[in-house]
Amino acid sequence: MSDHSVNLPLFPRLPALALKGMPLMPVSMALSGFARRIAARHPAMFRRLGEYNAARFVLDPTDLPLSMLLEPLNGRPRIHLSRRTLRGDARIAGPLSGLLGLVHGAYDGDALFFSRDLVIEGDTAAVLALRNAIDDAELDLSAEAQAMSGPFAAAMRRLIAMAEARTGVALSRHEEDGTW
Amino acid sequence: MVMEIVCPAGTPASLRAAVKAGAHTVYCGFADETNARNFPGLNFERDEMREGVAFAHDHGSKVLVAINTFPRAGGEEMWHRAIADAESAGADAVILADLGLLAHAAQHHPNLRRHLSVQAAAANADVINFYADAFGVRRVVLPRVLSVPEIAAINAETEVETEVFVFGGLCVMAEGRCSLSSYATGKSPNMNGVCSPASHVDYHEDHGDLSAKLGGYTIHKVGAGQPAPYPTLCKGCFQAGEATGHLFEDPVSLNAEALIPQLAKAGVTALKIEGRQRSRSYVAQVVRNFRAAVDAQAAGLPMPEGMLASLTEGQATTAGAYKKTWR
Repeated sequence: MSDHSVNLPLFPRLPALALKGMPLMPVSMALSGFARRIAARHPAMFRRLGEYNAARFVLDPTDLPLSMLLEPLNGRPRIHLSRRTLRGDARIAGPLSGLLGLVHGAYDGDALFFSRDLVIEGDTAAVLALRNAIDDAELDLSAEAQAMSGPFAAAMRRLIAMAEARTGVALSRHEEDGTW
Repeated sequence: MVMEIVCPAGTPASLRAAVKAGAHTVYCGFADETNARNFPGLNFERDEMREGVAFAHDHGSKVLVAINTFPRAGGEEMWHRAIADAESAGADAVILADLGLLAHAAQHHPNLRRHLSVQAAAANADVINFYADAFGVRRVVLPRVLSVPEIAAINAETEVETEVFVFGGLCVMAEGRCSLSSYATGKSPNMNGVCSPASHVDYHEDHGDLSAKLGGYTIHKVGAGQPAPYPTLCKGCFQAGEATGHLFEDPVSLNAEALIPQLAKAGVTALKIEGRQRSRSYVAQVVRNFRAAVDAQAAGLPMPEGMLASLTEGQATTAGAYKKTWR
């Protein structure tokens, strides 16, 4: 990291250790389902990805003992978690808070990259396309999770708000101007 | 009078972010080779442009459409269609660089306001007045090679509005005439809209050292703790004789925020922020900052303290040619 590092919050060590024993296959399936639900609500994101819908993105939260393979697949995304080194066309690595902050518009990707808070390797064009497609989609993972929670939506909202306040991680969409 | 801030938008979300942050004007381009930021996942489809213009107009902002690459022989139709589509989308002006395209726009779209792109490299009053007389150009975006006194001299001799860059990536070459990227990648910023296309950029980290390659050539390598190297040849690090360093230019970004009062005094109409390739987070932060600055300038207040260093591409800033202190 450089002098202009953003000081991204790191995932707490104890819960991260607990993830080492987590069964990855059901979580991968659940995340894939979650991603498909988001995809159905944001088809423009996949149009914007264009030819990079076929790319394989390795997302590597460096403060977690696992990484993720994301395949957009023209709006039928698939997510696969692994504790082993994953191979793909491009790799984006950084603290989980940085990756989630990019999704929610809390951080600028170029700034995180130039400050060395984020590492990008492999197909740079694919990474750019993914970054631009996600940035334009104005995703809010918190709202999506609430929408899937049925009668527990309010409890989910409170839980996410509490986690956001305690960790400093952007778990919901960052509105660029609070007055709007 | 408040100076106009002209803000970048690479996506519809960024356009909305710019408008919400207080942009007087937003500039953007279509998702093809007609604009000089033809990057993967960026820019506007036709329907997105129509919706973006409507959103901006509903909130009192203007939209300029950059069609500022140079048409390929035999492929002019794509550029002509872009101008027609910009007009039908309700754009407030088009930003053009090519003489033939300016002539086409003046002849076929006389009511569509025409701005001269920085890509045209118009750097003196004579050539600017020629563009105004011949093609009805109403505003010129000045190249980033002029000092403040030179800008004042231009404004003293022309009725054409001037717009100058105040923040973002910096090209010290006379814009529109740089071919460095083409030598390494075969792709031209002026023809294909891509300087150092991402498809030819490769970063590799090894034990904390980060190297940047363009077209297979390593152009810079930095150690742990140093800002990531910039992927363009002009900001690469080279060895010549016994000297090693940034031989073309330092990897710094422009920040002329502190010069806003002098630029106003020099007769500048509009301040341009670079960065259509950046995120909506960048756009919102930079636009908010500059809107506060021009409002303060108009009210005769001191310039607010800048907060933008962390957003610059090289993590370091310069006042560029506005204050010529080259080594």
